[in-house]
Amino acid sequence: MRKMLAAVSRVLSGAAQKPASRVLVASRNFANDATFEIKKCDLHRLEEGPPVTTVLTREDGLRYYRMMQTVRRMELKADQLYKQKIIRGFCHLCDGQEACCVGLEAGINPTDHLITAYRAHGFTFTRGLSVREILAELTGRRGGCAKGKGGSMHMYAKNFYGGNGIVGAQGQIFEAYNMAALWKLPCIFICENNRYGMGTSVERAAASTDYYKRGDFIPGLRVDGMDILCVREATRFAAAHCRSGKGPILMELQTYRYHGHSMSDPGVSYRTREEIQEVRSKSDPIMLLKDRMVNSNLASVEELKEIDVEVRKEIEDAAQFATADPEPPLEELGYHIYSSDPPFEVRGANQWIKFKSIS
Amino acid sequence: MAAASGLMRRPLEQVTVREAINQGMDEELERDEKVFLLGEEVAQYDGAYKVSRGLWKKYGDKRIIDTPISEMGFAGIAVGAAMAGLRPICEFMTFNFSMQAIDQVINSAAKTYYMSGGLQPVPIVFRGPNGASAGVAAQHSQCFAAWYGHCPGLKVVSPWNSEDAKGLIKSAIRDNNPVVVLENELMYGVPFEFPSEAQSKDFLIPIGKAKIERQGTHITVVAHSRPVGHCLEAATVLSKEGIECEVINMRTIRPMDIETIEASVMKTNHLITVEGGWPQFGVGAEVCARIMEGPAFNFLDAPAVRVTGADVPMPYAKILEDNSIPQVKDIIFAIKKTLNI
Repeated sequence: MRKMLAAVSRVLSGAAQKPASRVLVASRNFANDATFEIKKCDLHRLEEGPPVTTVLTREDGLRYYRMMQTVRRMELKADQLYKQKIIRGFCHLCDGQEACCVGLEAGINPTDHLITAYRAHGFTFTRGLSVREILAELTGRRGGCAKGKGGSMHMYAKNFYGGNGIVGAQGQIFEAYNMAALWKLPCIFICENNRYGMGTSVERAAASTDYYKRGDFIPGLRVDGMDILCVREATRFAAAHCRSGKGPILMELQTYRYHGHSMSDPGVSYRTREEIQEVRSKSDPIMLLKDRMVNSNLASVEELKEIDVEVRKEIEDAAQFATADPEPPLEELGYHIYSSDPPFEVRGANQWIKFKSIS
Repeated sequence: MAAASGLMRRPLEQVTVREAINQGMDEELERDEKVFLLGEEVAQYDGAYKVSRGLWKKYGDKRIIDTPISEMGFAGIAVGAAMAGLRPICEFMTFNFSMQAIDQVINSAAKTYYMSGGLQPVPIVFRGPNGASAGVAAQHSQCFAAWYGHCPGLKVVSPWNSEDAKGLIKSAIRDNNPVVVLENELMYGVPFEFPSEAQSKDFLIPIGKAKIERQGTHITVVAHSRPVGHCLEAATVLSKEGIECEVINMRTIRPMDIETIEASVMKTNHLITVEGGWPQFGVGAEVCARIMEGPAFNFLDAPAVRVTGADVPMPYAKILEDNSIPQVKDIIFAIKKTLNI
């Protein structure tokens, strides 16, 4: 029976990859869901926290795996393109932090609003943009999500407000905490604590590294940011807290970035290769999910490998597009300065060079 | 000594702008123990752009200080230190980030000596890279020469080559007023020949004095920072066509050395200005306005022309970025238009 199923499965996977048919075959072999224990979150000003067990369905698991793998491979492709000088300027990669963006999105709705800083490619993807649009924006082409005009740090989508290049606003965060708490705004403040601010460790930069407590009067959670299920549950908990009218809440996701701060930073002058390797071998978010799914019969190793192959192809295709797509037309240099305005003229490098600006 | 400290010192050789700033700061740190450097990654990382390489190793934690990512906070701390009698060098990783702290620069530093009726000086230096780099897009490419140059109480300098960089940083540190030093990231790695005077530990370039980099008779070309190099390139090209440009390196934005520019215009009868920043209310606009107000106006045979960055937030795509900053061809075009050629 098992041999026959395997044969059927092979035939089906050799043909058009329709998840429906695979599920039909697979559901005979795999569990529909499994229950997992997740780490208890540290709590600040909260009586109770997120649950310590969660149910993961096979469908969700496969989806999370695919999404995390896509973010991972997309970032690695960006690394490659940057070294080939096809991507220019600043490029801050989030490989290692996949559980944060994927787990977060799993805990909120597409109609919720999200904003982040410059390490934004993962969020841009989880908020709904395609790898094609993201890579083409990184390579500065007209098919990019910002038409090639924004680059790595300035990607936007529906209910996603970037991608922002200017940080250094420690004071502003406290102003935001104050107003959010004062007015009971339904806002989740998230700190992706990857242990370093550029080249400075948190110990050298923060009087208190318990970031989840830094909201003071705002309740907070400290979450294992390498475990996507932990992130998802914490996010669900935080979102419920906000939606019930209790006001803002803070989440500190303890995570890690494999790359340096940006492509200009080798990332090894302020931390050891051993440290990076240790995280990779013990806490890699994709590996953790994979092990869980395989060990509880939610998926097979082969099946996940298949997803890997599909993802690789998707990234390759996207990279091809991103490299071949033409740059934005010069005539559009002045476009989109103002919104909802009649067209006007924009001055170029001297008074005789003029560009048209339309909204 | 050079090898042990890791600092770069090569007599009569080429010195990069980065090395020149490093030398200047090193010499002033050595000369006066009240001088110290603070900013993000300036100490253990050797500087985000390696400008402060070796200084932490040489001077230690008390003189070279890594700050958290908090511009408003550490700029405020620096201003307070200056008021209390120290001589801080406050580095902004780029001047784009100084916008987070601009209230401290203007309201706490620039205006204080005036507001206090001459009681409270603020001997502080704000330095860092300014203007466009390569592919760093809208939020990281702004030129702040016009914004800071607008404010009485501030001095603003904009070095072009290594000699400028060293002489101006030293003068800035020794000046008892708040000085904004607008460096340029693309110039950091560019080597220049160092004149022998620049080797001296007391080599200073006076703030408020422009330099004529190239003598000419047909047109005055005024620029600051990286575009000075582009102007010299344009001048070389035009020289082959018999057009001799007088290229003036402003060196200081405020207080502006308009006299040098006036004397030149009175000789050449033609003027163009070149800058990386946006045209509206820019450095070139100020130069033109002052020329109109002074004796040189009557010597102009044609209206003055400005060559500037394009009036758009800096786009990322290369073709758009290239067309958003002044190129050599734009300078040549403007010169020929002005000369009616």
